[in-house]
Amino acid sequence: MLVPLKWLKEYVEIDMEVNELSDKMTMSGSKVEGFESLGKDITGVVVGKIESIEQHPNADKLVITKINIGEETLQIVTGAKNINVGDYVPVATHGANLAEGLKIKKGKLRGEVSEGMLCSQEELGISKNLIPEEIKDGIWILDKPYPLRVNIFEVVELQDDIIEFEITSNRPDCLSMIGMARETAATIGGTLKYPQVYLKEEDEETNFNIKVNIEDQEGCTRYIARVIKDVKIQSSPLWLQQRLMKAGVRPINNIVDITNYVMLEYGQPLHAFDLNFIEGDTIIVRSANAGESFKTLDGVQRQLDESMTVIADKSKGLAIAGVMGGEESEVTEATGTILLESAHFSKDRIRATSKKLGLRTEASARFEKGVDSNIASIAIDRACQLIETLSAGKVLKEKVDVYPVKKETRKISIRSNRMNELLGTNLPVEEMINILESLEIVAVKEDDKLLVTVPTFRDDLHIEADFVEEIGRIYGFDKIPSTMAKGNIVVGGKTNGQMIEDLAKEALLSFGFNEILTYSFVSPKSVDKINVGEDSIKRNFVKLLNPLGDETSVMRTSLVPNLMEVLSRNINHKVTEARAFEIGSIFIPNSEAKDQLPYEISNLVIGMYGQEDFYSLKGVVEGLFNELGITDLDFEVEKNHSTYHPGRCANIMVRNHIIGTMGEIHPQVMENCDISKKCYVAELDFNLMMQFTRVVTMYKPLPKYPAMVRDLAVVIKEEVMVKEIEKIIKKRGSDILESFELFDVYRGNQIAEGYKSVAYTLTYRNMDRTLTDEEVNEVQDAIVTGIKEEIGGTLRE
Amino acid sequence: MEARLNELEQMAKNEIQEANSSDQLEKVRVKYLGKKGELTEVLRGMGSLSSEERPLVGKVANIVRENIENYLLEAKNSIKSKELEAKLSTEAIDVTMPGRKTNLGKKHPLIQGMDELKNIFISMGFQVAQGPEVETVYYNFDALNAPANHPSRDMSDTFYINEETILRTQTSPVQARVMEKRKPPIRIISPGRCFRNDTPDATHSPMFHQLEGLVVDKGITLADLKGTLEVFTKYFFGSQTKIKFRPHNFPFTEPSAEIDASCFKCSGSGCSFCKGSGWIELLGAGMVHPNVLRNCGIDPEVYSGFAFGMGIDRLVMLKYGVDDIRLFFENDMRFLNQF
Repeated sequence: MLVPLKWLKEYVEIDMEVNELSDKMTMSGSKVEGFESLGKDITGVVVGKIESIEQHPNADKLVITKINIGEETLQIVTGAKNINVGDYVPVATHGANLAEGLKIKKGKLRGEVSEGMLCSQEELGISKNLIPEEIKDGIWILDKPYPLRVNIFEVVELQDDIIEFEITSNRPDCLSMIGMARETAATIGGTLKYPQVYLKEEDEETNFNIKVNIEDQEGCTRYIARVIKDVKIQSSPLWLQQRLMKAGVRPINNIVDITNYVMLEYGQPLHAFDLNFIEGDTIIVRSANAGESFKTLDGVQRQLDESMTVIADKSKGLAIAGVMGGEESEVTEATGTILLESAHFSKDRIRATSKKLGLRTEASARFEKGVDSNIASIAIDRACQLIETLSAGKVLKEKVDVYPVKKETRKISIRSNRMNELLGTNLPVEEMINILESLEIVAVKEDDKLLVTVPTFRDDLHIEADFVEEIGRIYGFDKIPSTMAKGNIVVGGKTNGQMIEDLAKEALLSFGFNEILTYSFVSPKSVDKINVGEDSIKRNFVKLLNPLGDETSVMRTSLVPNLMEVLSRNINHKVTEARAFEIGSIFIPNSEAKDQLPYEISNLVIGMYGQEDFYSLKGVVEGLFNELGITDLDFEVEKNHSTYHPGRCANIMVRNHIIGTMGEIHPQVMENCDISKKCYVAELDFNLMMQFTRVVTMYKPLPKYPAMVRDLAVVIKEEVMVKEIEKIIKKRGSDILESFELFDVYRGNQIAEGYKSVAYTLTYRNMDRTLTDEEVNEVQDAIVTGIKEEIGGTLRE
Repeated sequence: MEARLNELEQMAKNEIQEANSSDQLEKVRVKYLGKKGELTEVLRGMGSLSSEERPLVGKVANIVRENIENYLLEAKNSIKSKELEAKLSTEAIDVTMPGRKTNLGKKHPLIQGMDELKNIFISMGFQVAQGPEVETVYYNFDALNAPANHPSRDMSDTFYINEETILRTQTSPVQARVMEKRKPPIRIISPGRCFRNDTPDATHSPMFHQLEGLVVDKGITLADLKGTLEVFTKYFFGSQTKIKFRPHNFPFTEPSAEIDASCFKCSGSGCSFCKGSGWIELLGAGMVHPNVLRNCGIDPEVYSGFAFGMGIDRLVMLKYGVDDIRLFFENDMRFLNQF
């Protein structure tokens, strides 16, 4: 909402600079987006009168003018076409500064002296799209004689501060000069002066006898019509044009400008019809017929439907109610009699219509936010008053006002102590009453309560809390003290799950993994890239009805596709190595759920490339589980997971539950993802991991007695997995085997083809005494025997 | 014999002085003091001396031995330190060569920002609450008093799964869920992912992050909201930070306010960062609307509360000077490694 300060001052006395006013208005709830000081830098422009125009001797397109600026006459060369002797024009004299930093100096144009410049509106700082069509490309011819030599800004109101307010959706009443003046008065402590509306109607009885029939009472709650005859369509006077332009509206002609002026002033959209094109004497407000087609005044043929309201005569539509008039009944220079409409249309109806048609106008924007139906009457009178004073036409007596259900003020009882209780203030009741009355809300004290009467232009005030805001904001949020919440102490913190997540993240960060963050939605094709099977649960997506595009159209069922995309992007950006992880939800439809919400399962995905192999990833997984206190971790060969290399993939198991899968990415998947380096990935069900997590650590005493360390090298068939050897070591190691560790796998010289040598270090210890050689030998022998008997391994010589 | 002893001492002394390694010194020691050493030999010959001579010569022999031992010790210390010096000098390295890399992973900058905020509020007694990303229209809009025709419900703003299910556009539904389940006192924050139908560009992302806070108890006031947010902004942006409470309008709070913080780059004098205004729009807040409390089964006559919400992505962008929100979701390691 653009508010020219000088216009605002018509209704309220303002005795402060624009920036101070802006700050105060912002702090009372009318946020100032910014302000522009129009014409601020323009100097040296005066009123001049054209005395003569002669052809330039050396240039066809230029003329030499003599301009009287009071005590002297200047010679000015110009290319302007729209000037005539006797015109009053703005003249930039030597040394003048114009808009856009343009400076004017005496000089010669094609050999002829030119002592200044005649100005267009644009050169005086008006933005081009606001300048009336007829003078857009020429010199600004002033509308009437003005005293010569006076500063142009003394005769035209162009030097002004234009404040731009952000109006919140609950305050449509502020989409008007009067509404903003009311807020200003309440904010700075002034009195709102309404315009004086008086009307001199023609005595003449008319033969128009207009009737209004509201058939669609849901769409239209009030309709006022007036007839104006002897209309003279012409340009509006300068002052009116200037106000419109400063408020961001381009002047068109006197009638249109007046309707726009009143809309800006009161917030009530008006519409003028050429009465000539209305058949019969009845204005019908009805629902559009299915399939009805209608040409709006922007020349577009519109398809209407039954959900829309139209203004019609007995045979055709005249306007789309509250949105736009029709081309046929548009006011033109030939118009002699007009029907002026001031009506109230339902905001939901207008919003839906405007949206369906993709047609938003100043009128529809106001109606859809809500206009007070009680201002329709004064607004139309104000327009008629302007029509008369500007001699744009003669207003006839006839005024039809169909208003079946009058909107009444609301009375609400509020507790004054509740205001203070919720604001944390100590305001006396009298101050509350003053504040409310500054907003034209009548408040009467009744015992410990206030009975407030809400004016009909404030549709946003319904309950007690709404008045807490009104009183608080006008008193000033900045004056309310700052306190810390009293009451019961609540123990803050994170849930167990959140702490486990933090623990897992810390472990992965310390292993050198960067945390990544990717979209929760993906392309349905993303699972193709990671070779997910045709009937996999991972293809059962939660789908978006209105995605931005296919790429983000379903909720992810796995974190792996996004991870692969991140790894691929980094490889393509020539990042030589990367370690990355993400913890996030996957989404699985749950048709059983009452609320239809899908399962959201927290997953962890770990990925890496560079100087890595399967075992470095496995070390990370083991380290992570160790940090989370999950000790019974196991890995099982997985040959059938299509995302991974069939010979380099394992399921991650805890107590017979598959927690996740890890491995080297399948070459096919690498190709699908445009990846040139081997990637290692682990995907884990983090919800399950959390269930197995044991973060409580118990101290074990440090050993007092020495350990005995023995090596064990076993030669065994290549296909036997070390896990088999380790099972036997664990089983036969008895309670003196403290730990064991594989330190070498050897193939080659001295070892038969098809066999490998696997070497372990075994550590034996008794916590209560020093072990003897015999005890240890016995256990070590039992292990060797077991390996021989159970899996055919022999001690390496 | 006495002369022979003095002669030995002199010889030993000379040889000790000439020795320049521990090995040579050891040889000298063996030569004179060893089992078959020369001094030992001399002492062995003492048996042939008379009983008057023996103590005298014995005394001299002991002095000679002590002297030699002293010479040896002295020489040994000096050689040892020379040898150490030599060793250290050969072991010198080029300390300007690069160190071997130890990589510590980096938390995602958005999560770092979120953690920082969480910790501030946890210290003020807030609990961290979470909720689903796929949410019902009821919890996301209806329960929060959003009017039925509010534009934020439009498909052009919100991603729909079906008529009743959407991707949450804010983390406020978590507040409604918590209020439904728990009795006051409630003091929670809910951080998390949110979604809006915005085409990605430098400042928009269809997925972004919010942190919302909610306090419900007896006697909670707007003054308490101001106090809480002042403490928070001072923690997060520094103790000089000022805040500005501007009245605003949100469906779920009444009164509502927008809160600006004085720019942490220019302290309010105006810079490119705050677009010259000296202030940065920080968050939306207000007193919980009685309808919202009622919708969640809390009596607004007994309890009152405040709520606030802020976008994390923008805050983190401001804090680190990141000029394109898309960088957060591209996860280029060269980007992530900077935080």
